Amino acid sequence: MHTHILLDHGSGGLASQRLIKDVFVRHLGNAVLSSLNDAACLDLSGRVAMSTDTFTVTPLFFPGGDIGSLAVHGTVNDVAMCGAVPRYLSCGFILEEGLSLELLERIVASMARAAESAGVQIATGDTKVVPRGAVDQVFINTTGLGELGEGTPPQGNRAAPGDAVLVNGSMGDHGLTVLAHREGLNFRTPVESDSAALNGLVSDVMQAVGDVHVLRDPTRGGLATTIKEIAEQSGVCIELEESRIPFSPGVEEGCSFLGLDPLFLANEGKMICIVPQDMAEKALQAMRSHALGKRAEIVGRVIQGQAGRVVLNTAIGGQRLVHMLEGEQLPRIC
Amino acid sequence: METRGDTRMQGYADPGLCRELADRIRAALTGRLRFMEVCGTHTVSIYRSGLRSLLPPEVEHVSGPGCPVCVTHAREIAACIALARIPGVIVLTFGDMMRIPDSRGMSLQQAKARGADVRICYSPAEALQLARANPDQEVVFLGVGFETTAPAVAAVVKQAGQNGLDNLSLLSCHKRIPPALGHLLAGRDLDVDALLLPGHVSTVIGLGPYSFLGREFGIPSAVSGFEPADILMGLYSLVRQQEKQKPEVINAYPRAVKDQGNRAAQAVLEEVFDSGPAQWRGLGRIEDSGLYLAPEYSGLDAWKRFGLEDIEDREPPGCRCGEVLKGKLHPRQCPLFGAGCTPSRPAGPCMVSTEGSCAAVFKYGM
Repeated sequence: MHTHILLDHGSGGLASQRLIKDVFVRHLGNAVLSSLNDAACLDLSGRVAMSTDTFTVTPLFFPGGDIGSLAVHGTVNDVAMCGAVPRYLSCGFILEEGLSLELLERIVASMARAAESAGVQIATGDTKVVPRGAVDQVFINTTGLGELGEGTPPQGNRAAPGDAVLVNGSMGDHGLTVLAHREGLNFRTPVESDSAALNGLVSDVMQAVGDVHVLRDPTRGGLATTIKEIAEQSGVCIELEESRIPFSPGVEEGCSFLGLDPLFLANEGKMICIVPQDMAEKALQAMRSHALGKRAEIVGRVIQGQAGRVVLNTAIGGQRLVHMLEGEQLPRIC
Repeated sequence: METRGDTRMQGYADPGLCRELADRIRAALTGRLRFMEVCGTHTVSIYRSGLRSLLPPEVEHVSGPGCPVCVTHAREIAACIALARIPGVIVLTFGDMMRIPDSRGMSLQQAKARGADVRICYSPAEALQLARANPDQEVVFLGVGFETTAPAVAAVVKQAGQNGLDNLSLLSCHKRIPPALGHLLAGRDLDVDALLLPGHVSTVIGLGPYSFLGREFGIPSAVSGFEPADILMGLYSLVRQQEKQKPEVINAYPRAVKDQGNRAAQAVLEEVFDSGPAQWRGLGRIEDSGLYLAPEYSGLDAWKRFGLEDIEDREPPGCRCGEVLKGKLHPRQCPLFGAGCTPSRPAGPCMVSTEGSCAAVFKYGM
């Protein structure tokens, strides 16, 4: 048994077969995947939601998660944000020649745990091996399929004046954790990624509220960018209350140190939920009853006003506009 | 439940305290107070916190020359980019510098995409580690910033010298704040009534180097921290000085700033650097405002080691950052603002820097 990935593992021959059986099927195996046919034959009915995402995070392992669980959570969440019940995932691996097999196994085992806990099956996959230096260790693509129920699903263009805006917890934990871990920065208060599958939480909120207007996970670009996107898609004005937006102490401290705005930091286990005002309390209670929504808050409202405008009422009683993230946030000099 | 109030600094953004301070400012105000917030971090804090809307209209603010990226001269940017393109050189820099374009639109970020080895750091000390790990390459640290960061860079230079790390050098573009203020005030083209001085610069230099402000120019000034209540405290001090017609330098940030500053930091600055004339973007040449490696450290001077001393460049066409830095032009009055110049495609440094006033207005302005 080799200890590292060789170009041979991507040849399609015996080495590839061994890798598939010894690593992927061993950890991810289920009735659909283990049949090893050219395509997975799936048991889906009615309308289907589909999403794909590619994961290239550095470092591969960080406090609160790793690229494997992230690749499951990210796509499960994208499917769940359409109000669908995620059922199946595909996964495509691009592996760098020389990658340690032990490392790959840890990643795949983590994917298996994440998939099991989210209640989805990994139904099909693919592996390519590229020469050393062509990618950074491992890239993973996942595609998710989920079943949509009856009624109009939550969509980015359905926010309407009078709606309430909720989040299920603190913002920016994932973005700051990955940045800090990559750069070897230690803050007085540690930070940990919020990476998690939100389909259970979504299901609870949908059941409690009935008609959820918008669900979105504020991943790259953070809360600010995602709220701005929703305001533009729906052609409405959104007002946020800064003092209601939860942040963990580590994120506040780290952002203050680095000169970053936590509203633009990525999240991987958070969602924005927009519901009619009269259902806001119900949605809040449903969120707070779930393990992933204990710090849920009503953070704003959709109002009549200039389409696409997002205003933040600041903690000290001022106001400022919120825009989309322009480029990557870079730490400042002083 | 954890809330925003759990962090220690949160008290300095307490709405009640901020409102009370704003009320005190309003009550003590005798007329117009047009103040220059010298520091870019103040600029960002004022916009990000929405502090403007708490203040009466008679209190106007003008952004000053205290954003280190914004005042980095075009020739210094050109030198950074030229360095990055030399094979075998690893350029180490703070993130803010990555996107600033030279007059041809080239930036460190673009040079990196085309193969240059440019790395972002969070502390100058990373330069030592990088030089040790790459003995066959030249590691150059881009020294951009004011008295705030210069001591940490000086300590690295000193250590590199002591350890005989001959593949490490410094491209010093450091600048000193007090001479720039003297230059602006002496030019008499600065329409401001008071100065809000950067707290972190004074943690190093103290209050002494600003004493000429009241003595020579009769202008009230206050050293201030960066949280909203800190800034309001500084402003209150300025209003009181104006009311009493007694201009002086007040330490409105005593929890971090000692009047005499940090003697150890001053000592390492003095040992490693000599001051000399420097070109500031938009402000021109200012005597005694640059920090250059002292003769005994000249072997670590990247300007000399890589023959960059004769490099020249001009500001990008149409860029009016210079006028913004003098408080003569509000960012929105610049014809490029928001169209030809945005944070992701900046024409000038006031838009690219996290602390630039154009970026602050673009991101947060109402």
